[in-house]
Amino acid sequence: MYRNKYQLIIPFLFPALAIYLTFVIYPYGRSMYIAFTSWKGVSANIQFNGLANFERMWADANFWNALGNNLKYLAFVPLATIGLSLFLAFMLTQRVRFSHFYRIIFFFPQVMSVIAIGVLWSYVYHPTIGILTPLLRILRLEPLFNLLGFDGIPAWMGNPRTALLCVGAVVVWQGAGFFMVLFMAAMQDIPADYYEAAALDGAKRGDMFWKITLPLLWETLRAAAIFSILGAFNMFPLTMVMTNGQRGPNRATDVLATYLYEQAFESSRFGYATAIAVSLFLMVLTISVISMQATQRQTLEY
Amino acid sequence: MRYDQAGWLSRSITNIVLALWAIIVMFPMGWLIFSSFKTDQEIFFGPWALPESLQWNNFARAWSDARIGEYFINTLLVIVPAIFLTLLVASMAAYVIARFPFPGNRVLFYFFLAGMLFPVFLALVPLFFLLRDIKLLNTFSGLILVYIAYSLPFTVFFMTGFFRTIPSAFHEAAIIDGANQYQVFFRIMLPLAKSGLISMAIFNFLGMWNQYILPLILISKSDNYVLSQGLAFLSLQQRYENDWSGLFAAITLIMIPTLVVYIIFQGQIQKGLTAGALKG
Repeated sequence: MYRNKYQLIIPFLFPALAIYLTFVIYPYGRSMYIAFTSWKGVSANIQFNGLANFERMWADANFWNALGNNLKYLAFVPLATIGLSLFLAFMLTQRVRFSHFYRIIFFFPQVMSVIAIGVLWSYVYHPTIGILTPLLRILRLEPLFNLLGFDGIPAWMGNPRTALLCVGAVVVWQGAGFFMVLFMAAMQDIPADYYEAAALDGAKRGDMFWKITLPLLWETLRAAAIFSILGAFNMFPLTMVMTNGQRGPNRATDVLATYLYEQAFESSRFGYATAIAVSLFLMVLTISVISMQATQRQTLEY
Repeated sequence: MRYDQAGWLSRSITNIVLALWAIIVMFPMGWLIFSSFKTDQEIFFGPWALPESLQWNNFARAWSDARIGEYFINTLLVIVPAIFLTLLVASMAAYVIARFPFPGNRVLFYFFLAGMLFPVFLALVPLFFLLRDIKLLNTFSGLILVYIAYSLPFTVFFMTGFFRTIPSAFHEAAIIDGANQYQVFFRIMLPLAKSGLISMAIFNFLGMWNQYILPLILISKSDNYVLSQGLAFLSLQQRYENDWSGLFAAITLIMIPTLVVYIIFQGQIQKGLTAGALKG
């Protein structure tokens, strides 16, 4: 039956392999070279310049600003998204009314085009025609913003102190339902006996969540965390569309992805942009490996 | 499950939190749909009022003047062949990797898997110049090839797992009945893998539908814009022209088909997307 198997193997592998090598592997490999050149995209003779791009990056305030913004997202977006979605998932698995309806609604932002969401939210935040500012006025929340040191309700995307938070909030808004469905699937795999036994012993719902649900969800939580971390290092489409490619007031929402796009496709500094991309890749890889390692071994089986 | 005295209170809190989040999720979309039926004056002066009369011409303007119709067709012209070819090419490779032992089989599997490790930003610059050099910038075929290429790692990975679960008895029976290897694949294996193919079609559809960075660098002629790109461009333009009602109508037009598809297939979509996340 396997006599002529190579007559099948070779033609079946060829198209996938050819496309993959040409459009994925070759560009990744070539980037590792371009990052060490001063290429501006015009001349055929590419000048090798060693570590000059990386030295320049070290002294580039805009690079540090963009990296800082990625780290700000990293500090609150994964925690907020996972915390909220875990909470929603736990409540929806507790036999509440309309749980099917809630599940459908909560997941929907995940299937909407991220560009449509970005444009929509940039108008929700819009200072003159947006809906958020009038809503907060109706709820009489202006004094709260004075307390926080703003002069009334801020201009959201127009204010460097709030712009980044506004974009981050959209990420949480979009992603919470997705992670919720992920967690609900894992929660439904936990045998009901565990909860029943705990209930007989007089455990409260809070205890069940912390002592049963959370430890048994560990693997799913790790996967979700990695997903969310990768997201915090991307942020490209929302940033581009919510700030119309201007990266907010004073680059307040500029991230590495948008900065390297600007360096490459607006300023034609292809070598430098690729060096930023290489650094971005190494950082994402390091952080992913560290967080996977740090959360290992605590897995429970059931 | 038994509830104690505090059960009533905690259930009320649960219901309030869930309802509140449902409002937060639906509110911007509801506002968008109402606004897309209003005039610009109504949007500006009465954010809370219902539209006085339904401005259907907002949608006509968005569809033709703002070219949403053209972008829509462009998107379909790219996505439909890209998904079809991704499924075909990836299934062929996955089938061979899953069911035929040959030297380098494992290595090849991990080689495809490695593609998921890298952020697409790392490839942008060489990819742009590669497509320029082979004269595929600004073409649908260029974008289709690139979409297939970046969908391959996960689709091959997923389909390999899928083909491994199909019992080899099917295969052997078909060979005994005189089918050749190609017939076995196209007539037996692909139909058996249907549910995996549907999951991957949904997964890749949403990925390609949402794709923004790749068309942004590979398509610069506005005649060839895809939807995500066209909408981003429109949003930038409307900032100066202030045709808000037209822009809202455009976003609604883009949202409606997704909403319809989602309501019909929501079970499969949720399963497909989250299974993708877990196994990835």
